[in-house]
Amino acid sequence: MSAKPVSLPRWADVILLPALNVGLAFLASGLVVLAIGESPLEATALLLRGALGHAEGIGFTLYYTTNFIFTGLAVAVAFHAGLFNIGGEGQAMLGGIGAAIAALLLGSLPAIIALPAAILAAALFGAGWAAIPGWLQAKRGSHVVITTIMFNFIASALLVYLLVDVFRPTGMMEPSSRVFADGGKLPFLHEIAASLGFKLAKSPLNLSFVLALASAVAVWLLIYRSRLGYAIRTVGANPTAARYAGISPERITILAMAISGALAGMMAVNEILGVQHRLLLAFTAGYGFVGIAVALMGRESPVGIVFAALLFGVLYQGGTELAFDKPSISRDMIVVIQGLVILFAGALEFMLKPWIAKLLTRKEPA
Amino acid sequence: MSNPAIRLVGIEKRFGAVHANRSVDLMVEDGSIHGIIGENGAGKSTLMSILFGFYEADAGEIIVHGKPIRIRSSADAIAAGIGMVHQHFMLVDTMSVAENVMLGMEGGALTAGGLAKARSEIIRFGTEYGIQVDPDAIVGELSVGQQQRVEIIKALYRGAQIIILDEPTGVLTPAEAEQLFRALAELRRQRRTILLITHKLKEIMAITDHVSVMRRGEMVAHRKTSETNPQELAELMVGRPVGQPVRSPGVAGEAVLLDVRNISVTDARGVLRVEDLSFSVRAGEILGLAGVSGNGQSELIESLSGMMPRRSGEVFICGKPVPANAHAGTLRAMGLAHVPEDRQRMGLVTIFPAHESAILGRQDNPSYGSRLFIDQKAAIADTAGKMTRFDVRPPDPLLKTANFSGGNQQKIVIAREVETEPDVLIIAQPTRGVDIGAIAFIHRKILDLKAAGKAILLVSVELDEIFALSDRICVMCGGRLMGMRRTEETNQNEIGLMMAGLEATTGEHAA
Repeated sequence: MSAKPVSLPRWADVILLPALNVGLAFLASGLVVLAIGESPLEATALLLRGALGHAEGIGFTLYYTTNFIFTGLAVAVAFHAGLFNIGGEGQAMLGGIGAAIAALLLGSLPAIIALPAAILAAALFGAGWAAIPGWLQAKRGSHVVITTIMFNFIASALLVYLLVDVFRPTGMMEPSSRVFADGGKLPFLHEIAASLGFKLAKSPLNLSFVLALASAVAVWLLIYRSRLGYAIRTVGANPTAARYAGISPERITILAMAISGALAGMMAVNEILGVQHRLLLAFTAGYGFVGIAVALMGRESPVGIVFAALLFGVLYQGGTELAFDKPSISRDMIVVIQGLVILFAGALEFMLKPWIAKLLTRKEPA
Repeated sequence: MSNPAIRLVGIEKRFGAVHANRSVDLMVEDGSIHGIIGENGAGKSTLMSILFGFYEADAGEIIVHGKPIRIRSSADAIAAGIGMVHQHFMLVDTMSVAENVMLGMEGGALTAGGLAKARSEIIRFGTEYGIQVDPDAIVGELSVGQQQRVEIIKALYRGAQIIILDEPTGVLTPAEAEQLFRALAELRRQRRTILLITHKLKEIMAITDHVSVMRRGEMVAHRKTSETNPQELAELMVGRPVGQPVRSPGVAGEAVLLDVRNISVTDARGVLRVEDLSFSVRAGEILGLAGVSGNGQSELIESLSGMMPRRSGEVFICGKPVPANAHAGTLRAMGLAHVPEDRQRMGLVTIFPAHESAILGRQDNPSYGSRLFIDQKAAIADTAGKMTRFDVRPPDPLLKTANFSGGNQQKIVIAREVETEPDVLIIAQPTRGVDIGAIAFIHRKILDLKAAGKAILLVSVELDEIFALSDRICVMCGGRLMGMRRTEETNQNEIGLMMAGLEATTGEHAA
């Protein structure tokens, strides 16, 4: 009889453990802030006030959150199939290309036609870009971790080529496309609120936040309630059992990667259709990678991912304001703090688990 | 018992909420063979792991040869003269026997001296105890029985006076098991002490001097082997009387439901594992497929059930030809059910709740929901019904599959496969790692299926099981069919010889 793996009650696993991990990350960040001669308490207060203390800040926080929900869900879907999709960046870039093509071609049509087409294009391009590594994994055994990383570079090169040689209007110096016609612009939430007669602070928060929340619900239904989700989870947990059940692990691998890529591609809906209204370089800004941490912290569950995305949204927005208010805490410090959250909540996720298990079992003797 | 080799007093061990050993006492006479039996999860392995230093007991005393000692690691155990032969061997396949034996006691930076010593000791053990192995053979090329001898020699080489053997016969042919028992008897004659952990009553009766029975973490009885009988021991293990169902001989129907013709299967590496095999199973018949594990049975089953393609040959289910690359779903639709040999690796998804494991293989079945979505309530209700009918404990469809005992997991698999009314069943190792009480239940279910006119291919490494249930018995060795007998016209001896690869010379092939 081997030692049993520690298991925790669900509430401890889903709430207590992530909360403790984030707490630890903040503690370690506090030490770093202390080391450069600033007060950790003041920095925390500034960060929280910047992210949640005023309406505009909340808008920015939720705008960042939108990106993280999409990329986090993308990582989670692949993870349920036992695949580690590191290619969120590249898939988002392709999503942006797809969205831009649709918005450039159809932007002059009414938004009710142009926008769904552009969103669909973002998802399809992302899906296609992820399905290729999926196919290579399923049929050729090329590991998705390797191929998706390589595909990030290819996507990045493709984006540069398209922007410089294809999309850039003649005479423009910046490598970006022209601004979409109105039909290709997703409305900002403050615009929607204004049209309904009440006032919201101006921020980049747009309709794709709602799309992100809807995607979270859809992913939950897909993973935990649909027949396809059952097959995905079976392949992820036990490929031999999947083969026994007549589920083709190859087919599921390709499908799961495609769905994952579609979600990553939809990140471009927020950035390209929602905020920039044109295709430009480097709009993915590392959101695809942070999505891995979001998914890990959210325990691969859509509900957890929404909350983890919110946490990262707070860090991004609050961090920006903090760097602005406290010049000694530079933008790089914020990256350090985010890194520590990723370290404690992601890589060291289970560090505290045995101790918590011990504490909990001591309380309830058999 | 003047000076016992081992005395355990009040051993306690908990794993979280599981009380694996409760105040266990044990006295093992010096120079005897002492059996410890119990169902899976009774705590025998935990107890032995405590004795060999894998775990430390929460409380209790270990006294070896009159001296109270504390065993914190296997190094302590070895220093106290205790050796262990694990169920899964701890050998380096690519090294020679002598290199394996000296592993960890090379005696310096250069291995030449240690190697020479190990070699001469191996030869000495061979002549003294009859445990012969070629010291220069590569371990990976030895048979399982010989590898086990290497493990015993390793223990002896480390000066073990007390040797613990954990389920040693699970992987052996009957002949190899007999050789092992002869070696153990010789070790006993030379005043070594043997602790034999097993769940096979026959072995206890055949070789031990004393036997201790464990149940639910407690030591429930100690007996002199000569003063007990298998029936009493079985009841002590289970805690209630056990009845074995009896097979009614004869075949219910004429129709051939499973027909396998000249099938060959290669594994993923391209090695031929099943060679030109033919057999058929009729309605209401149980065909037993015996063989030492690893002789191609797994590949045969996986091919027949659509988990891997066959290389050549034909298969017919209910008279309909099966395409060579048909996947498991296709075969289920043709009327096949499959209880896999390894329920945790194939038959269940252990991290799923039971109701999700209970629809594995039938995840697309319309009775569990619409085309796109699974109806949780329907699956849960269906699983609850199966659990009642198959006496699964606890009958909780939402409990994680991993939290059921082996026997209850197996009942979930069997309930799932049986209740779709298949025509042909492939049932592999139905009672592996299953408690005695559940074994009788599962055997009764298999016999019910026979009575209901199903064609059943029963694959098992347990000869007793094969003989108790089968109408005909065929034997696989090295990927080939060694022969086929009617159960009434053969005996375990003959089948055992065939399992070892000896072409049986007498007896005509049954139809």
